[in-house]
Amino acid sequence: MPLFWIIVLLIVLGAVGYVIGRRKAMSSAGGDSRVLHSLPGYYGANVAMLTLVPALLVLAVWLVVQPMLVGNAISHLIPERVVEEVGSRDLVLGEVRRVADGLDQAVAQGALGRDEARSLSTEVTNVRDRLAEVGVALGSDVRPEVLQAAQRYRELTASANVARAFVVLLLAALGLAYAYVKTHQEFRARNSVEHGILAILLLASTIAILTTLGIVLSMLSETFRFFDLYPWQQFFFGLEWRPSFEGGSELGLIPLLWGTLYISLIALLVSVPIGLFAAVYMAEYASKRVRSVAKPMIEILAGIPTIVYGLFALITVGPLLRDYFAEPLGLGTSSSSVMTAGIVMGIMLIPFVSSLSDDIINAVPQSLRDGSYGLGATQSETVKQVILPAALPGIVGAVLLAASRAIGETMIVVLGAGAAARLSLNPFEAMTTVTVKIVGQLTGDTDFSSPEALVAFALGLTLFVITLGLNVFALFIVRKYREQYE
Amino acid sequence: MTDAAANSGPDKGAAPKRSIFAQDARTKRRNAAEARFRAYGLAAVIVGVVALILLLVSILSNGASAFRQTYISFPVTLSEDRLDPAGNRDPAEMARVTTFGYLPVIAQAFADAIEAEGLAHEVGLRSLADMISDEAPAQLRNSVLANPDLVGQTLTVEVLAGGRIDGFFKGRVTMESAERDANVTPEQLQLAQALAEAGMLETRFNWDFITAPDASGQRPEAAGLGVAILGSFYMMLVVLALALPIGVAASIYLEEFAPKNRLTDLIEVNISNLAAVPSIVFGILGLAIFINFAGLPQSAPIVGGLVLTLMTLPTIIIATRASLRAVPPSIRAAALGLGASKMQSVFHHVLPLAAPGILTGTIIGLAQALGETAPLLLIGMVAFVREYPAAPPEGLFDAASALPVQVYNWTQRSDPAFVERASGAIIVLLIFLLFMNALAIFLRRRFERRW
Repeated sequence: MPLFWIIVLLIVLGAVGYVIGRRKAMSSAGGDSRVLHSLPGYYGANVAMLTLVPALLVLAVWLVVQPMLVGNAISHLIPERVVEEVGSRDLVLGEVRRVADGLDQAVAQGALGRDEARSLSTEVTNVRDRLAEVGVALGSDVRPEVLQAAQRYRELTASANVARAFVVLLLAALGLAYAYVKTHQEFRARNSVEHGILAILLLASTIAILTTLGIVLSMLSETFRFFDLYPWQQFFFGLEWRPSFEGGSELGLIPLLWGTLYISLIALLVSVPIGLFAAVYMAEYASKRVRSVAKPMIEILAGIPTIVYGLFALITVGPLLRDYFAEPLGLGTSSSSVMTAGIVMGIMLIPFVSSLSDDIINAVPQSLRDGSYGLGATQSETVKQVILPAALPGIVGAVLLAASRAIGETMIVVLGAGAAARLSLNPFEAMTTVTVKIVGQLTGDTDFSSPEALVAFALGLTLFVITLGLNVFALFIVRKYREQYE
Repeated sequence: MTDAAANSGPDKGAAPKRSIFAQDARTKRRNAAEARFRAYGLAAVIVGVVALILLLVSILSNGASAFRQTYISFPVTLSEDRLDPAGNRDPAEMARVTTFGYLPVIAQAFADAIEAEGLAHEVGLRSLADMISDEAPAQLRNSVLANPDLVGQTLTVEVLAGGRIDGFFKGRVTMESAERDANVTPEQLQLAQALAEAGMLETRFNWDFITAPDASGQRPEAAGLGVAILGSFYMMLVVLALALPIGVAASIYLEEFAPKNRLTDLIEVNISNLAAVPSIVFGILGLAIFINFAGLPQSAPIVGGLVLTLMTLPTIIIATRASLRAVPPSIRAAALGLGASKMQSVFHHVLPLAAPGILTGTIIGLAQALGETAPLLLIGMVAFVREYPAAPPEGLFDAASALPVQVYNWTQRSDPAFVERASGAIIVLLIFLLFMNALAIFLRRRFERRW
């Protein structure tokens, strides 16, 4: 039974449960809802909840586990010879899945009979052509082992699907029956429902933990696979980045890290002074009218998607810098450069620095300013000698957050900085960053058993650790050195 | 204001007699520093605003022309012996004639039309055909196959002009650049100019840019955003359907029910950390978990939607918690006092009052998700997709593109005409964002409540 219909059936069961649960509660109270422990709706909701929730949970787990089990079961059908030919077991399994999907589609469209799909063999028919007729494109001819595995895969999946429908619906029916039997005038339905809802709320809030766990685990496992194929010393200390899919790649992190830090440094050199001065001006000097116009305008910069900045770097800033600075100064002829990406990223980061600093400067109490003015300081002296020192931890936090943004930024550097990994000091040369290489190694047809693709996970983990460290450090500074004012 | 401090030495008698309005050197210096400091601040604000304006002007001026397109119209006689050799109007038979069969028909008709108009030119038949988009024969073929009775008739067709001809009327291609360009000659441009004067060629609003699917690298003039807009829309549906309920449920738990213990601390720290994780890391997560592990299809809006959901959750949770916190405790106390349970007080009283704030936060989160590119690159949304995805829910598993990724895709192509398309696509994206943000501001204004 298709998933869609299982879910529809479950919902119908739940609705039925609600109605009969409510009705039973009412009749047990003799039609007088005042005698019930809870409002009548709670009895219905209790039945519906016990019908739906366990069944849906089991269904969700089943959906994740079934493909893994089926994959394991057919894995032994594939001889080592084929695995070696294709490159890796995962790829063969992917092929098996594609052929099986193709057969399913062919049956659904009536191009193949059910029995025909089961008995099809590569000696008699050209499977690839048959599948192409129904619009399933396969890269190469289907090997007999793969076809066999695909047929086995279909059988297993079909029986597993039947079992799935049976188990889930049985569970729903059991839940319904149990809750229905328990429904009685004195049953504390509201408490039961509220406990259920509380559990759901708690579950929702653990998604954040699950996501983090997912990020770390998925990257860790692939990173370990990478380090099995490629020595970690060469990854962390290698000075060359030269991936080649024929083998013999050099995958050193240092040039990428250098590009990342260089671009981030320029971005911060642009954004920190501008953001800070803008924040000081808007907090201390600007009239209400100027502030009400300028502040939202600068904040718009934070809401613009980074791809827009990337295009801006590509079509406007890059050629501009090349024609007016790089070429006249003899520093390079490339329109994508560290400078291009750095300046554009700096523009993007201005609102991060300015908004956070603005809030922090506003939080410095007026009494400090008044005290400073009372001693005869000018406004700028007050800002420099009283307000900024008082706001410093917050400002440092803001700058660190901006730095972690800069290090993790992708689209601006993809479009603005180029793809050449090099260790150079010239800011008008094209360089590349960790994020660009993650995109580069993982887009297109990638084979997840080669170190050239797996290195992206190691890069991702490095990036994650660096930005996480910066964020935690920023939070630590803000918390530890925050001045508390009344 | 500082003169007194500067002038009052310990020995009053020694101070020279002069007006307090005359500044001494130190005061002048300090006042100049003050003025400089102020000017720096103003300059910083101006730099920020100018950068914004420059950014928008650059994109708008580059992209505005994508919404206009050059069309050529002329009569075509659909001769039977070329397009339906069997002569029985059977669509299956006629489908054997490929677009290559339609190309000479169109080229000849175009040449005849120019002759009929009496325009002198020195362009050969082959080059004439090059002035028309490669998309034209395919379009004509589709309309003939859809309606076989057209064969034998003469109808006036309107076809896209080739990318370079189109660029000429938009100022991207000039006579000088045409001399250096292998794809177009000045003679062709002169002829195009003459065609425009004769009324056979016109530039007008281009609906196809918004509704058509992407086109291959050789025909930028036919590339559209239809699939990308649909894909983005599907992903937003997924994000809305998942991120809003999960985000609100998580916020309610953390704000109203959570005890202070290790678990909730962990959750809180996690949420603030997730908000700061680089977006590309979410792409790696999606690739590893949803595609490699769970076996969901690549380039599908469902995977994109799931990844964006995880990214948007922190935004929604932070906004929702803020608006739950803004509901005064008296509301809760009153509900509890009347005998409501804690759960009832939250769901019947606090949540409805916080709803406008939650909605605003959700829209802002959606707007962020709409513009996100990097994670989508990793889950295969860069694929070239020409078919529209089916209607949801099946369509969620079909291959699709997304607006920001389409922009990236077009910037990677060699034909410079795609830069115009990319900027045009960004204008569409920005219009959506503007609309969403305006909606958020409107909701905030409309339902803003002071307690």
